[in-house]
Amino acid sequence: MLILEKRPSPSRFWQAATPVLAVLLTMVAGGAMFAILGTEPVAAIRTIFWDPLFGEFAWYLRGQLLVKAGPLILIAVGLSLGFRAGIWNIGAEGQYIMGAICGAGVGLAFYPDGGWFVFPLMVMAGALGGWAWAMIPAVLKTRFNTNEILVSLMLVYVAQTILSKAATGFLRNPEGAGFPGSRNLSRWQPSANPELIAGTGMHWGVVAAFIAVIFAYILLSRHILGFQIRLAGQAPRAARFAGVSPARLVVLCLGIAGALAGMAGLFEVAGSAGQISIDFASGYGFTAIIVAFLGRLNPVGILLAGLLMALTYVGGEMAATNLRLPSAAIQAFQGMLLFFLLAVDLLSNYRVRFLLKRGVA
Amino acid sequence: MKIDGVEAGQLGPNARRQAGLVAAPEERLGHAAAPDMSLVENALLSGAVRKGLVRGGFVDWSGTRSFAEGIVKEFDVRTPGTHVAARALSGGNLQKFVVGRELSQAPRVIVINQPTWGVDAAAAASIRQAILDRAADGAAVVVISQDLDELLEIADSFAALNGGRLTTPRPVAGLTIEQIGLMMGGAHGMEVAHHGH
Repeated sequence: MLILEKRPSPSRFWQAATPVLAVLLTMVAGGAMFAILGTEPVAAIRTIFWDPLFGEFAWYLRGQLLVKAGPLILIAVGLSLGFRAGIWNIGAEGQYIMGAICGAGVGLAFYPDGGWFVFPLMVMAGALGGWAWAMIPAVLKTRFNTNEILVSLMLVYVAQTILSKAATGFLRNPEGAGFPGSRNLSRWQPSANPELIAGTGMHWGVVAAFIAVIFAYILLSRHILGFQIRLAGQAPRAARFAGVSPARLVVLCLGIAGALAGMAGLFEVAGSAGQISIDFASGYGFTAIIVAFLGRLNPVGILLAGLLMALTYVGGEMAATNLRLPSAAIQAFQGMLLFFLLAVDLLSNYRVRFLLKRGVA
Repeated sequence: MKIDGVEAGQLGPNARRQAGLVAAPEERLGHAAAPDMSLVENALLSGAVRKGLVRGGFVDWSGTRSFAEGIVKEFDVRTPGTHVAARALSGGNLQKFVVGRELSQAPRVIVINQPTWGVDAAAAASIRQAILDRAADGAAVVVISQDLDELLEIADSFAALNGGRLTTPRPVAGLTIEQIGLMMGGAHGMEVAHHGH
């Protein structure tokens, strides 16, 4: 018989080991899924995890790694603060889109005259747009006690509708021969978010992600606000006893997450996406939720998890084109990662014991 | 409601602490202490304001650790160290930690609910002594307890809560069990029934 025994203190060993175990289990289960789909499982796993780093096209794909990891990390760091406090912002995708639209709007307002100041203004507008979009669930929650999970998620679909309006209407390139999509921001120097070191994929968004990781780390480990965030998530009544205002935390956590997601959107629209288009939203806001949990809601963990998730993106695209795997299979593979992580998470708080039933004479 | 002349009725928890109030809620795990946090973090939980453990928004962790270690030492909390989670402590030891944390803050007003619940006799005696010491230092103490003997031992005045009404506090000296029974039964403020005609 199998029994679970609660540990007196969470196991530090398993807290560090569960993400690794989850990745291994995902490889096994994912391999089985690829085999059922008729693909050689070892080749598929190697294409996803090995080839982008050390394969034939690694010189290009390694750069793509940071391009994909940057927004994931930036969004996930913001989300992790809320998740720690028990505030479930599921709508980072919407905040990401609104940040991109606001930032791009500011950039386009200056076209064709502009200077060095355009890009910093766009970053601020992006952060502000994401923040404002996140304030909708925050205010509704604190004023009317609505559920922030539902409101933030539903606002993603509103944001997507606004995005298609922007691409086909108010932000459309007037010289674009009627095609949907805005002017290309990455080709106009004052608004571009270029690669800073050629071949690395390092752009301002990646820099911002690294800075966010450092700030979040200091906030959580040294600052009283970080302590309050952790306390509110673990023991809400004790948090009120400690003088923590739940409403203030909701506004702060949603606001930070929204601002970071909005910035991520801006860096994307001015960088690798280049323009506001109908298919600009690529699901970073949702994948970042997996990244946040895979990284154990710990800033350094999120950094590593973001790189790993970027690897499955880059490798997954390779597998989709080279091995003809359906892209849905890649998404299922990424989902498995979260699934297994949450499952083996049990081990950090519980001990598994095998009880052998002795036969009675 | 005033603490040392400061209007305290409308203040939040930390402003009240600033004014001199400490409180030990009845439910230790989940209200007075966060189960999964270490004793150091739990010392910060209510000690941050009066012990000055936060400077410019940043937590003085080494100061907090020595505060926690001081509580463990002075109140004889049996634990392998201050790094363990609060939930790992036995009920009595967590009780000693929570009460000790509040009493170690040089309080002006102490509100303490069930101070000696679940602790052994020796520890209960030292907790009561610690409360009396603070009272001798000039703190006002409100003890809420179901243990009548304990209240009669440490209190100067006694009041019973019945049906949402608090009786007029009466001096403990000279109070008989019968009078207490009447107060607890809600017979306060009533006239004694007249016998016969």
